[in-house]
Amino acid sequence: MNLGPHADFIVAAYAVTLFVVAALITWVLLDYSVQRRILGDLEERGVTRRSQRKG
Amino acid sequence: MAVIDLANPTRFLRIVDRVLPWLIAVTAILFAVGLYRALNAPDDYQQGATVKIMFLHVPAAWLGMFGWALMSVAALGTLVWRHPLADVAGKAAAPIGAAFTFICLVTGSLWGRPTWGTYWVWDARLTSMLVLLLLYLGVLALYWTAEEPGRGARAAAILSLVGAVNLPIIKFSVDWWNTLHQPASVFRLRGSTIDPSLLTPLLIMALAFTLLFVTLHLAIMRNEILRRRVRSMRLMQAQEVHA
Repeated sequence: MNLGPHADFIVAAYAVTLFVVAALITWVLLDYSVQRRILGDLEERGVTRRSQRKG
Repeated sequence: MAVIDLANPTRFLRIVDRVLPWLIAVTAILFAVGLYRALNAPDDYQQGATVKIMFLHVPAAWLGMFGWALMSVAALGTLVWRHPLADVAGKAAAPIGAAFTFICLVTGSLWGRPTWGTYWVWDARLTSMLVLLLLYLGVLALYWTAEEPGRGARAAAILSLVGAVNLPIIKFSVDWWNTLHQPASVFRLRGSTIDPSLLTPLLIMALAFTLLFVTLHLAIMRNEILRRRVRSMRLMQAQEVHA
């Protein structure tokens, strides 16, 4: 694959896209694990949502 | 299953948990095929190898606009029908739309330097796309800085509807004004002007990016529902302490 005289621009475009997408995916995964952990802690301490309470 | 069933966050979470692994797998396969086809596509007779930047730039531009259109529909759901998941959907679309708009602007600049001889011109298409990014940042600021989430959601919904005016401006800017940006070349009434050897990888990459958008959107919606559960549980806990 020959990227020609403007290879730097092509590589930079792919690198920036990869970086932004990877950052977005990392944020989503970290946020998910944080929310799950906090929910687990609250449930362990016996805190429930109003909809989960009986009568 | 009726569409209204999705209004129940618990049921929605169950569906997302089941669908996400399949979406991730299909997205990864499409990216593998799309990138292989894109990197091995022939050079364009005018742009040379820089045409490879188009396989990122064009889908990013479409999805930047798609994200705002999605937020506008969600805004109607929030303001008119008060659908419980509408605000969650709107809030989840904002960071993804902003990311794709940013990618569109940066890759466009990197394509513009070797092709036009400049990274940036205050052209109608480029400027309206920059305005879209600023609108996204405004919506994100409203969501992230509101003390009361409901108030932030309503303000963001109003901005989403007002900002939708920018979408036809972006789309038709190349027809309404004399711009450096080329006119539409994929979706045209008289057919695409792009050779199939370049159009096929472009469409595969566009499909891959679209599925990535959908996957991220569902995952962020799931996170947001969990965050709201945490908030409501903490409020319950605080009320019990004070009672």
